[in-house]
Amino acid sequence: MIPELGHFALALACALSFAQAILPIYGAWRRDERLIAAAPGLACGQLLALGVSAFCLVWSNVVDDFSVLNVAENSNSLKPLLYKITGSWGNHEGSIILWALILALCGGAVAGFGRNLPGALRARVIGVLGASSAGFLLFSLLTSNPFTRLWPAPIDGRDMNPLLQDPGLAFHPPMLYAGYVGFAVPFAFAIAALLEGRVDASWGRWVRPWTLASWCLLTCGIALGSWWAYYELGWGGFWFWDPVENASLLPWLTGTALLHSAIVVEKREALKIWTVLLAIATFSLSLSGTFLVRSGILNSVHAFANDPARGVFILGLLGVVIGGSLLLFAIRAPALSAGGIFAPVSREGALVLNNVLLCSIAAVVITGTMYPLFSDLILHDKLSVGAPFFNATVIPLAVPVFAAMTIGPVMPWKRAALLPALLRIWWAALIAVMVGLIALTKAPVLPALAFGGAAWMIAGAAADIVERIRLFRLPAGNSMARLRGLPIAAFGAAIAHAGLGVTVAGIAGMSLARQQVVLVHPGEQIQAAGLTWALDSLTDRTGPNYNERVANIRVIRPGEPDLEMHPSRRAFTTQTVTTTEAAIHTTGFADIYAVLGEERDGAAVMRLHYNPMAPWIWLGGLVMAIGGGLSLADRRLRVGAPARKTVPLGVSA
Amino acid sequence: MTRKGRRWAIVLVCGVGLGSATALSLLAFSSDMVFFVAPSDLAANGQPGRSLRLGGLVEAGSVHRVSEGGEPVAHFRVTDGKASVDVSYTGILPDLFREGQGVVTLGTLRPDGTFRASEVLAKHDETYMPKDVADALKKAGMWDPTKGPPPPAATWNAMATRTAG
Repeated sequence: MIPELGHFALALACALSFAQAILPIYGAWRRDERLIAAAPGLACGQLLALGVSAFCLVWSNVVDDFSVLNVAENSNSLKPLLYKITGSWGNHEGSIILWALILALCGGAVAGFGRNLPGALRARVIGVLGASSAGFLLFSLLTSNPFTRLWPAPIDGRDMNPLLQDPGLAFHPPMLYAGYVGFAVPFAFAIAALLEGRVDASWGRWVRPWTLASWCLLTCGIALGSWWAYYELGWGGFWFWDPVENASLLPWLTGTALLHSAIVVEKREALKIWTVLLAIATFSLSLSGTFLVRSGILNSVHAFANDPARGVFILGLLGVVIGGSLLLFAIRAPALSAGGIFAPVSREGALVLNNVLLCSIAAVVITGTMYPLFSDLILHDKLSVGAPFFNATVIPLAVPVFAAMTIGPVMPWKRAALLPALLRIWWAALIAVMVGLIALTKAPVLPALAFGGAAWMIAGAAADIVERIRLFRLPAGNSMARLRGLPIAAFGAAIAHAGLGVTVAGIAGMSLARQQVVLVHPGEQIQAAGLTWALDSLTDRTGPNYNERVANIRVIRPGEPDLEMHPSRRAFTTQTVTTTEAAIHTTGFADIYAVLGEERDGAAVMRLHYNPMAPWIWLGGLVMAIGGGLSLADRRLRVGAPARKTVPLGVSA
Repeated sequence: MTRKGRRWAIVLVCGVGLGSATALSLLAFSSDMVFFVAPSDLAANGQPGRSLRLGGLVEAGSVHRVSEGGEPVAHFRVTDGKASVDVSYTGILPDLFREGQGVVTLGTLRPDGTFRASEVLAKHDETYMPKDVADALKKAGMWDPTKGPPPPAATWNAMATRTAG
């Protein structure tokens, strides 16, 4: 009964989303006040119906209703409750529901928080969001219905991939999806602006908080995913340039560009057409990224052919969304008037440079990700593009971004000179050079340069704030007064910039990581990865739905108590799958990381790592997101919207 | 600066950005592309030193695990039925690595004709056959997927020796 209710609610949400797509946009076109006023109600109605549907799906998972095909294939009665709940969106069908639910939440948020928007603009934005929802809900109903029944019902389900039974991964998809889908709002604003034929500073001010909120969530989502790969896969790396990872990085890159170009629209009314195009590109990349990956086309062309209906639907949907919006852009963009004039060397100029470089990075990442697919389809050459390609192309393009992102914020708008700007942050440059030189005594040239660059970004962010409050140049009291008067967004930007520096420092440290594969007998002591390790014993242990083999090891450190670690291998009973559980001890400045491999003749194969600075990689992501969150709290972003209290996208399913 | 001059400056910045992106990509493509090869391709024309992905089936009875200087090294042969290649790998073998199973290894060919793998991938699924491996087997004429599952591992060795002999 409950699954049927969910199915009905899903169909209802689909019908409502069509109404939400058609009525408000038609109303805004015809200037029909009644239809314009119907938009928020329709958005909330769709959200409510979809919420019921999603709840029914979670319910079916929690009560182990194995007569539902989706539950039978992906769940098991032995699975812990947390993973029964999170497992409902850990598969294809469920993830589409989660996606649509977050999209509906965006619509609801625009309806709820956008009361100060002009009625017609709000109606159009909600209409565009409704049209996207309609596409997904139709896709879900027609090709991936999560409520399909199975008869006779099996006694138990097939269980979820054990790799996914992990708290990190339980929260990674909703976070990432919220980031992806959040970019639907700037996209809807862009389409609405094209329909209206008007982009102005206030448009920039409305778009920015939505972009910022999605960007924060996407940043957190990517960092969580990378952290999960680090500790759960047990390979010791944090980023593998895998198509799935690249699919999340691409919207982040263009989203970051959008965030910065929206500032120019808001402050200077320049770059309007470009910003509209970026908003379209970012959402298109979110869409195509997830769906190309979800459909399996990027990993294997054949998986795509397994279910032609899904593949064709996805391609059709992508074609309509991307092609349609670009067509609209081509027709309407010339009508948007060009904005303010600025010199190449100016704050605007620095932001243009940021946009050009970020888009270039996105372009090489797309090239590297898609090339194997094209080469297989067109040239019939099987090849893969791995980390060396991305390192060789992304790093040289990222270096100027790092160099410029510190100088940009201290340059004035409209017209600036490079030398005075540099002189204002001379001490950041001095710190960077010193850090680089100190690192050079202990590390090779490239990591040392990266450490210098990281110091440049962190010190530069501090220099920006110090410069704004004229510290040491005005009496301390005046500086304090300036500090209090500084907009929160200024702190947010500085913190986010520093966060990137923290991440870069982490990556530089990880490039110095040492690892060694060893064969150890119980009771033996060995030297590996610069540390002394002792394997005390190998024992067996039983968990809720797995049996595991645990290595009890100690790291012997001079002058400190021994460090006990317990890496293990888990054999999951329901799925005949083994996972390696790495043991990680972090000091904040380095990770000691041990992985247990197979056993031969009583000895264990182990891979032992020493990863300097590793935690900083994800810490930096968190700092960036916090910076973004602080900017969201800025009153200036809420001008005319005193009612808004919280981050509009904070909730996820 | 005039409006025209500003426009040119922006065009120049974009040109330099995209131009360097293109140049970097082309440069990296010429050196960092990793081709997929089957053992028979390596036997025909293998260039030592280049990074390659070698795919095939692990020959039955070919896996030897030894300890070289305290490091666990696995030696095994990868075959596509026409030819087979000696592979050595230092590290933790994937859980589902076993004889007769499809496998993809990433590494380089050494001048002595053996393959030194830096990564070994075997999917977490007993019935899984990597797509590249399946295609290589089909190309070698050893398996027609429309006629059922791949022949059992033990017969692969015989096929390899038959072709070799």
